Amino acid sequence: MAPVEPRAQAATASAGVILEARNVVKRYGHVTALDGVDFELRAGEILAVVGDNGAGKSSLIKALTGALVPDSGEILLDGQPVHFKGPLEARKLGIETVYQDLAVAAALDIASNLFLGRERRRPGFLGNVLRMLDKKGMRAEAERSMADLKFRLPSINSAVESLSGGQRQGVAVARAALFAKKLAIMDEPTAALGVRETGQVLDLIRAIRQRGLPVVLISHNMPNVFEIADRIHIMRLGRRAAVVSPKTHTMADVVAIMTGAAKVEQATRSQAG
Amino acid sequence: MNSASALASGRPSTIAKRLIATPSVGPLLVLLAFGVIFSLTNPRFLATQNLSIILQQTVIIGTLAIGQTLIILTAGIDLAVGAICVLGTILAGKLANSGYDPVLAMALAVLACTAAGVAAGSLIAGLRLPPFIVTLGILGIITAALRLISAGGAFPVTDAFLGWTGSTIRLNGFILTYGVIIMLLLYGVVWFLLNQTQWGRHVYAVGNNPEAARLVGIPVGRLLLSVYVLAAFIYGIAAWLALGRIPNADPNALQTANLDSITAVVIGGTSLFGGRGGLIGTLIGALIVGVLRNGLTLAGIDPLWQDLITGILVIVAVALDQLTRGRR
Repeated sequence: MAPVEPRAQAATASAGVILEARNVVKRYGHVTALDGVDFELRAGEILAVVGDNGAGKSSLIKALTGALVPDSGEILLDGQPVHFKGPLEARKLGIETVYQDLAVAAALDIASNLFLGRERRRPGFLGNVLRMLDKKGMRAEAERSMADLKFRLPSINSAVESLSGGQRQGVAVARAALFAKKLAIMDEPTAALGVRETGQVLDLIRAIRQRGLPVVLISHNMPNVFEIADRIHIMRLGRRAAVVSPKTHTMADVVAIMTGAAKVEQATRSQAG
Repeated sequence: MNSASALASGRPSTIAKRLIATPSVGPLLVLLAFGVIFSLTNPRFLATQNLSIILQQTVIIGTLAIGQTLIILTAGIDLAVGAICVLGTILAGKLANSGYDPVLAMALAVLACTAAGVAAGSLIAGLRLPPFIVTLGILGIITAALRLISAGGAFPVTDAFLGWTGSTIRLNGFILTYGVIIMLLLYGVVWFLLNQTQWGRHVYAVGNNPEAARLVGIPVGRLLLSVYVLAAFIYGIAAWLALGRIPNADPNALQTANLDSITAVVIGGTSLFGGRGGLIGTLIGALIVGVLRNGLTLAGIDPLWQDLITGILVIVAVALDQLTRGRR
């Protein structure tokens, strides 16, 4: 069964598409993780990616962030074919990823975490020869970007370990927002969080969209997905089973498509154009 | 959540928390406490002359503890610290005594120490072997090699350049050696690297959360290698300072260097779990070890008891570290 025709879909790809995957295949021995999957992220949207365990969600995300190299298929960023050899290359091209397991250095302060691996140096002799960090500049920039995102934190100088789980993940999300030039990918960013803290992170993701940055949100949490996503990409058996809108479909519809309990022709046809 | 409520509810608790959070305050209080105790038990303790002797006695351990701090900050440990330093003294002494230019002899010795760091760092960063085992192995190898090179015995090193770090200058009755000045300069330089440069940030990040460091694109392996190499280079400099303190190359010297340098680092507030602490604490920690040994000597207590007390001290310091970590 092939509910979405890859070629037809590709032909409609046009301006406004930031990141696209066409017919991407990835096999591990006898296991086919990605079986010709398509993907399309449009400008300024929050696209949720959902799917059952083993449906190929994480393989798709890994392919999009350079963490795995596909066996075949194409990935296009702003319409240009790209071949990531590693996550750093994807990052250089403006794709930032937030991981579920709180990838922050808890003992370091917030500003240090925001700029970790991308520290700025002072201008002139102090920076070029003595390699001195521009701590003040980074702190100011960190404060500005947090204010921009309306994310409230005790102090930019406090250690990340003194923050709540939601605030910590907020730091990771803000880091992605600060450096992502094209898009941000959030891999289960709220999986480890409570209800209130999840709300904080979702607000932050909305603030990122408001600034014009498209977001790919991988999540198991259907209510969250329906609360925040503009479109929902549903993975099943290593392929895109459908892309639906939370306005036209219910959670039950999405779960039915995910599990293969429902036909999806009509759902996809209305979205493809 | 608890930090936010503390901020809101009470000023005094915040100030107390800040004081506790300021890393070198605790060690400084311990140092002062020991100072008060020893000055009460022996009036000679606080004499200018004795204070400058304490500083001179701290030179070797204080310098070794700089390298040990760097390594512990990455959540590693260096058990070969004393052995690498002794390797430096033996090589420099041997080469100088057999007619080499003393500057060249010392340079070659520092180079040999640095090479030991390259070996340790490559095994730890490249093969991902545990630092504990790698440096324990290097300790064994170097100890055996030293016995072979020196044929088991100690020998005097009389060269003026090699002993230069022990020569003194007077400042208002306070006697400093060049060795003390070199140690303090090293503290300054490495403090700058740790606190003001990207490299230093990355040392803390790798020690705190290597996975997060890797994810943000920090070359973790290369960073670890650089830490072990820099540390071993500093041990080589410490070898020069050691020859200035005692103009004698002894393969059996610095037996307590592991205990003392790790104690200095840990008492100084650097966590054995990595990523937390700093050099100012280590300097204070090294002084605590120096004050303790000096004060106990002045009180006429057998050196064996000094080791015993240092041993207790390091365990107490680690226990405190673990307790405060658990409360967070």
